[in-house]
Amino acid sequence: MTVELRVAEGWLTVCELSSLTPGRGVAALLPDGSQAAVFLDRAGRPYAIGNQDPFTGAHVLSRGLLGWAAGRPFVASPLLKQRFDLESGRCLDDEEVAVRTYPVRTAAAP
Amino acid sequence: MTEPLPAIVLIGHGMVGQRYLEALAERGATATHRITVLCEEPRAAYDRVHLTSYFSGSTPEDLSLVPDGFMERHGIALHLDDPAESIDREARTVTSRSGRVFPYDVLVLATGSYPFVPPVPGKDAPGCFVYRTVEDLLAIEEYAKTRTAGAVVGGGLLGLEAAGALKGLGLATRVVEFAPRLMPVQVDEGGGAALLRTVESMGLTVHTGVGTQEVLTGEDGAVTGMRLSDGSTVDTGLVVFSAGVRPRDGLARDCGLDVGERGGIAVDSRCRTSDPRIYAVGECALACDGRVYGLVAPGYEMAETAAEDLLGREREFTGADLSTKLKLLGVDVASFGDAHGASPDSLDVVWSDSRSGVYRKLVVSPDGVLLGGVLVGDADAYGLLRPLTGSVPPVAPEQLVLPAGLGPATRLGPASLPDTAVICSCHNVTKKAITACSTLPEVKKCTKAGTGCGGCLKVIGRLLPAAADKGLCGCFPYTRAELYEIVRTRRLTSYREILDAHGREEARGGEGCEVCKPAVGSVIASLAPTLGASGYVLDGEQAALQDTNDHFLANLQRNGSYSVVPRIPGGEITPDKLIVIGEVARDFGLYTKITGGQRIDLFGASVDQLPRIWARLVDAGFESGHAYGKALRTVKSCVGQTWCRYGVQDSVRMAIDLELRYRGLRAPHKLKSAVSGCTRECAEAQSKDFGIIATANGWNLYVGGNGGAAPRHADLLAQDLSDAELVRLIDRFLMFYIRTADRLERTSTWLDRLEGGLDHLRDVIVHDSLGLCAELEALMADHVAHYRDEWAETLRDPERMRRFVSFVNAPGTPDPSVRFVPERDQVKPDLAALTLGGTVR
Repeated sequence: MTVELRVAEGWLTVCELSSLTPGRGVAALLPDGSQAAVFLDRAGRPYAIGNQDPFTGAHVLSRGLLGWAAGRPFVASPLLKQRFDLESGRCLDDEEVAVRTYPVRTAAAP
Repeated sequence: MTEPLPAIVLIGHGMVGQRYLEALAERGATATHRITVLCEEPRAAYDRVHLTSYFSGSTPEDLSLVPDGFMERHGIALHLDDPAESIDREARTVTSRSGRVFPYDVLVLATGSYPFVPPVPGKDAPGCFVYRTVEDLLAIEEYAKTRTAGAVVGGGLLGLEAAGALKGLGLATRVVEFAPRLMPVQVDEGGGAALLRTVESMGLTVHTGVGTQEVLTGEDGAVTGMRLSDGSTVDTGLVVFSAGVRPRDGLARDCGLDVGERGGIAVDSRCRTSDPRIYAVGECALACDGRVYGLVAPGYEMAETAAEDLLGREREFTGADLSTKLKLLGVDVASFGDAHGASPDSLDVVWSDSRSGVYRKLVVSPDGVLLGGVLVGDADAYGLLRPLTGSVPPVAPEQLVLPAGLGPATRLGPASLPDTAVICSCHNVTKKAITACSTLPEVKKCTKAGTGCGGCLKVIGRLLPAAADKGLCGCFPYTRAELYEIVRTRRLTSYREILDAHGREEARGGEGCEVCKPAVGSVIASLAPTLGASGYVLDGEQAALQDTNDHFLANLQRNGSYSVVPRIPGGEITPDKLIVIGEVARDFGLYTKITGGQRIDLFGASVDQLPRIWARLVDAGFESGHAYGKALRTVKSCVGQTWCRYGVQDSVRMAIDLELRYRGLRAPHKLKSAVSGCTRECAEAQSKDFGIIATANGWNLYVGGNGGAAPRHADLLAQDLSDAELVRLIDRFLMFYIRTADRLERTSTWLDRLEGGLDHLRDVIVHDSLGLCAELEALMADHVAHYRDEWAETLRDPERMRRFVSFVNAPGTPDPSVRFVPERDQVKPDLAALTLGGTVR
């Protein structure tokens, strides 16, 4: 199984599903030079959001820890700990801030 | 031809004189004036307040207040050893002792004061001294070599300083004070009594309520003793007069300036004398409130005022607060506000403990307003009490004077701070703004407090209403200490198992959160050796519990790069290893900085560089320094007995032994330690979680110290321990802390919160009142036996090495957003590069 992300050019294969650790993330370099953070929750479901932390500018969200708030998964930035909903990209600690999200799917390896 | 610059002549180059020059320099006025300084002493301004430190190893150069090159840089002509002798106000000139004449447009008198010597017979005999200048000190030191006993006339602040100095020179020392108590200006009768007992317990002889009638001399005319006003005589080979100071206003008198009835050059609120071209500042001036200020802080205020006025800016000096906190002969003494209860109807609240030499008095008005106070023996509360002066404290005054452990809420917390106190300095948020909110998220959202450096979060937590729910987070209804017991007794080593069995109902089966994951991970890591689980923090499910720092075994910095800190036990390092660090930093382009913990931090590494950096470091014999973990950081040390002439034990060896013993130990928060080789405490052990100070008989162990945002002096737990006793006590202390502390609770806050405080801690880990000690020691023995270097392990394991890539889909490609720009011959993060193409808040 591989993990795929939809970008402007179409579905992009990012990595083997087995290379993701539940509860953690990895960073992926996209064709336009931007970065995505890809996560796996404990149930085995993948998520992808922009990797840049809007509060500091650093590309580090992939290195945050996952959590649950009201039954929805979030990642907490490893720098100043603001939390971002993994499905909507919304910041849970500042409603005026959000990061982008990417459609993500798992596909059988070709 | 250009106009010559206006001339300023400054008479006197003491502490206040130098501050005046600095005030001019800071305002750019040194470029627009020609400045001449006439100084009587053969050396430029030095720190008179710390004169006594000369006897504990400071050189006169250490005491200097003049930065290298200051005079040259600012074009100031300083004439040493050439005091002003007369002022001609009509011609506007000053004539110095060497006969030179200096014209002035503005004249500043900073002539200070002279020691008052009572007019007793024999006062000028060889062996009589005053205590004012470095030259006085050098003369006393020389003379003391041939004498065995000394006496100080005057038991005030300076007198006790002088007495401490004589004692330090090995003389049997006595103090003669005319007033009925020591330090009569600063403390009241009770405080004086507490001070007296402590001073006497140090081996000094004190006479109070008696005057000196005559200095007795021998056949050679030198001092042999003193006759006191009660008729008694005492033997002494040396007399130091320290009976107060008088303003040096002679020059001002001679040229007809107004002076006060009891001395002092009269000045207005702008520090101008009766001649508007002449200012007077510091101890020689009689301020407009009719007082002469002998403290340095008001002197500095006056210097700033005179400098501002010169430039035509508004600033006034109308009087100063005489609050002081100082350490005399090792005793804390503080007084603030109306210390003597001079206000009508004021009331005293007093705690006095002769046994420990602690005395605390607060002066309050009938309606409860704090007016002032005196603290002797333990002045820790000064910092919180002084800002409360003039307000009604939130706690009853009797509780404020009781020692910790007696009565409720005896330690003043942030609750007692005034509403206007700034809690979050990043966003300038006051206590009032914070207490208007009820939860932390609300505080962050409404005030931004706590969203900067985060250093204030603990204080904010204590200001908010205590949540009835003591649970760690939304996932667990238990505290960290309770979770520790659950993990220990049920022998659980899986976070998911713990969450699903012991989490809150709504959290079971879920993801957990960023709060409890690292906390539970740390508990598992602390107990792992004992539970037989892998203590390696990157293994299995634990890999998902660790903050990014623990995950990459390095410290995340603001631009997404990491810093690397190899362990340098005790701060001791060979030249070869030092060279390796230098080579690694150079080859990888890292920024290097010496840390406060006596090691070297290498900044700017990308995740993919970390294994290559560590391969070189491990190869050279370095281990992880755990700077990234809630774990033991360093055990700092001074050079100790081996090299230092004062050292009484081998502090370096002990620091290395302790650092190697506790390296890698996971705790609720980071742990810092230090070992000092003598009581001079150069390693600053009393600011550490556990600090050790050498004694002639062994080691003293201090616990619960902290620097940082909430500094706390460590408490003395046990004295004169052997090496083995010391290690055993630290083993127990650390394991008891790990077992009972809250998440991210340093030993200092833990100890403050611990019911029964230090006494309880001592009962548990010294007297084994809970029967826990054997178990605590066994836990530590397990830790020591199972320690392995995390970086060496990681480098050996290809599976673990896989995570050290910037991009999962492009291993080997470095993160292009992590860029650097040069600064001071090194690199720094290029923060501008981070904002490119993104909307960053």
